[in-house]
Amino acid sequence: MDNRPVLLEVENLQTHFRTMDGVNRAVDGVSFHVRSGETLAIVGESGCGKSVTAMSILRLIPEPPGKIAGSIRFQGRDLLGLSDKEMRDIRGNEISMIFQEPMTSLNPVLTNGQQIGETLRLHQGLSKSQAEERAVEMLRLVGIPEPGRRVREYPHQLSGGMRQRVMIAIALACNPKLLIADEPTTALDVTIQAQILDLMRDLKTRVGAAIVIITHDLGVVAEVAERVVVMYAGRKVEEAPVADLFRTPRHPYTQGLLGSVPKLGSSLTGQTSRLSEIPGLVPSLKQKIPGCVFASRCPKASDLCRAVPPGLALKAPGHFAACHYAEAEGSVAA
Amino acid sequence: MSATSLPPGVTIPPGLAIAKLPGDILPEVKPKRGAIGFLRRHPTMAIGGGLLLVMVLVAVFAPFLWTKDPTALAPALRTREPSADFWFGTDMLGRDVYSRVLYGARVSLIVGFSVAILASIAGLVIGLVSGFNRLADSIIMRVMDGMMSIPPILLAIALMALTRGSVRNVIIAITIAEIPRVSRLVRGVVLSLREQPYVEAAVASGTRTWKIIFKHILPNTLAPLTVQATYICAAAMITEAILSFIGAGTPPIIPSWGNIMAEGRALWQVKPYIVFFPAVFLSITVLAVNLLGDGLRDAIDPRLAKRI
Amino acid sequence: MWAYIVRRVLATIPVMAVVALFVFSLLYIAPGDPAAVIAGDQATPEDVERIRASLGLDRPYLVRFADWLWDILNGDLGTSIFTNLPVSTMIAQRIEPTLSLMVVTILLAVSIAVPMGVVAAWKQGTMADRAVMGFAVLGFSVPVFVVGYVLAYVFALELDWLPVQGYTPISQGFLPWIENLILPAIALGTVYIALIARITRATMLEVLSQDYIRTARAKGVGQRAILFLHALKNAAVPIVTVIGIGIALLIGGAVVTESVFAIPGLGRLTVDAILRRDYPVIQGVVLLFSFVYVLVNLVIDLLYTLFDPRIRY
Repeated sequence: MDNRPVLLEVENLQTHFRTMDGVNRAVDGVSFHVRSGETLAIVGESGCGKSVTAMSILRLIPEPPGKIAGSIRFQGRDLLGLSDKEMRDIRGNEISMIFQEPMTSLNPVLTNGQQIGETLRLHQGLSKSQAEERAVEMLRLVGIPEPGRRVREYPHQLSGGMRQRVMIAIALACNPKLLIADEPTTALDVTIQAQILDLMRDLKTRVGAAIVIITHDLGVVAEVAERVVVMYAGRKVEEAPVADLFRTPRHPYTQGLLGSVPKLGSSLTGQTSRLSEIPGLVPSLKQKIPGCVFASRCPKASDLCRAVPPGLALKAPGHFAACHYAEAEGSVAA
Repeated sequence: MSATSLPPGVTIPPGLAIAKLPGDILPEVKPKRGAIGFLRRHPTMAIGGGLLLVMVLVAVFAPFLWTKDPTALAPALRTREPSADFWFGTDMLGRDVYSRVLYGARVSLIVGFSVAILASIAGLVIGLVSGFNRLADSIIMRVMDGMMSIPPILLAIALMALTRGSVRNVIIAITIAEIPRVSRLVRGVVLSLREQPYVEAAVASGTRTWKIIFKHILPNTLAPLTVQATYICAAAMITEAILSFIGAGTPPIIPSWGNIMAEGRALWQVKPYIVFFPAVFLSITVLAVNLLGDGLRDAIDPRLAKRI
Repeated sequence: MWAYIVRRVLATIPVMAVVALFVFSLLYIAPGDPAAVIAGDQATPEDVERIRASLGLDRPYLVRFADWLWDILNGDLGTSIFTNLPVSTMIAQRIEPTLSLMVVTILLAVSIAVPMGVVAAWKQGTMADRAVMGFAVLGFSVPVFVVGYVLAYVFALELDWLPVQGYTPISQGFLPWIENLILPAIALGTVYIALIARITRATMLEVLSQDYIRTARAKGVGQRAILFLHALKNAAVPIVTVIGIGIALLIGGAVVTESVFAIPGLGRLTVDAILRRDYPVIQGVVLLFSFVYVLVNLVIDLLYTLFDPRIRY
């Protein structure tokens, strides 16, 4: 049993957007928690609401047209009840975030040093020269060669991998308790991806931060996560410890997701099998779905599924799935 | 979940985990259709188009809108204040300002529309040529750069200073001043389209240039060109008024809004209404065209399609 | 860097050459016999002949162009047909009011328009945004002389806060100078403000939707720093470009504004020259304005590096 204290508790999170042709229910009733020092992965296809969930935690959703409801408790404080000023004191300080696009996530007209130093000056009240000194240290920490020179350069003078390192330096500058990483490696070359993941793991142990990693890449999940939340069409469909999830996925959607990933080395051992795909399309988030959101694409779906939304039920220790037909521990057929 | 909403034959097994679906946090948005929907989605286009239509009708039916002869002199009735007989008063030659303003709509609209159409056609041709022919491009763009370095109103003034005032010459002068901007726009669109894979594929497979122009280039140029044309129309109406106002435009015998204001200029401190009414009509008409252009631009450019 | 500046300056020479050729050729582009038009309807054939000779119309086109260009390069813009004074002298006498009007208008407009655009973008969709956009579309639609008359009527005639018309040289004191320029500057600046506010809003909206703004928010940066440190600097290049290009509107508008407010500047000179068909004066003014316009935009081009480190020469 995990007895680290709960750092972040998201309960019944709803993030909706008003658009010209209806309300988009991007996130609709999602709950999960993160413990101190833990690494949680949120996975799902693009458009499933995982990035919106991440943005909602830091309240980076523009309101209007968006609206966030539910509760997001961080160290016991509900972030949704904080003033803008209080929220700004948390952003980049206690909770920080890195984004998918290293090429565009850094401000092109400010130097790398200014961008790292800004958080330090904001949250730790450092002077300009102190901030620059710390920025050089941070650049060294994230493995950027010649940090003394790079600190005065601009982002466009760095490669994509290097820029993501600068982003990580910005995010970790104030020793946050929680780091939210939204697809941190997706835009990078495979070799660079591994380096960045290594760096994140390394720094996590040094800083002791909890990480929420948002990704659609199951390889990344297997590599870094302890626990996984699977999202589909704005709802959480499954949650499990990482090994358990990969071994026995309970929700048909997770099963489909895992079935669509090629197994490394399978062609060498002669056990090649067709990659399966999930038929159909993700339903529009602008319609209310009375039953299970996955029913329209699910091989097991019945009238019950289409009428009654499945609740999350405990299927094995620490393993929840929202499916009327998901089998519990001991009764797994295959 | 009440049992009544279940479809027949479906029963809930005991102990089934059922999710409690959260309620909505935002009011439902009903997409509006029909005329009201159009008005809500494109309010500027609807208002601009409506106002412009009214102005066109005023211009066309000016003789039937209780007007008098706009050029009839009546020295005895000089500079009358607006009244039941003379709705907008009379000018220093005793002419009915209301009638002159209504007839003045004709000049403004004719100049605006003609310049928009002529400049678009000329700019389209020049832009296409320079977008497809490198040699022509280097020469044409040099000339256009030079012409664009002369402020357009100044260019129109300089052209008009040397011709006898007539509506036709005003149209020509303003058109010449507007051509460089349209040509640049079209050339830009052509050059960016030529980089598109489907156009490159058409070129590579030996499709004739004129066919590429008609199939790929023209349809994609038309949208930005239409928007540009409305802005040119608005600019041309203002330029016409300015030219007439400083005495280098429409001949004084023709009632145009610029002329009426030019004639009212000497008396504006004591008889401001002579300047006021044509000014209001001119401003509303230009506003209508600008709103129409903004609406078109927003409708055409989906990037600007905004959330509520 | 220096190589680029030299190259960029040299590149304006062909542009100016085209302008010169165009301004010179205006006489021949315009339909009809220019000498007859300039002479006017009551002119005798002798008058027309005299003007023809003074314009040098009896010599070959290119020879005349070369002569004319040579004179201009030597600072000789020709002689006024009406006053017989050198055009350069007439321009020199009239340049101060126009320069004053332009400078005051640009300073006023930029300091009003940029914050307006920034606020509109920040408060997109709110009443503040709608007010700015409404003002912008009105600014484009109400001609400069209408704004001028309304301002003069309300603030000078009715309220009597400011002088109705006229110009006081700056040598007679700053206060009388600026008093006379406020209303004309607002009238002239209206369309310019609309233009700059609109491009500022559009560019800021574009910039504010960028990923790096989201990064800044995620860092806990406050709204003001996001707008003015992170966003405005990124939006600077398009805004500054439009400020430069928009000067064309000011030049055209100055001709009218000076008429409305009876300011004895280059615009007034132009209008008088048109009424007298004093063509060398018109040519001189057009040439001068175009030259200044090209020069200003050249300087702005060279300033880009200040705003965007990605632009290197």
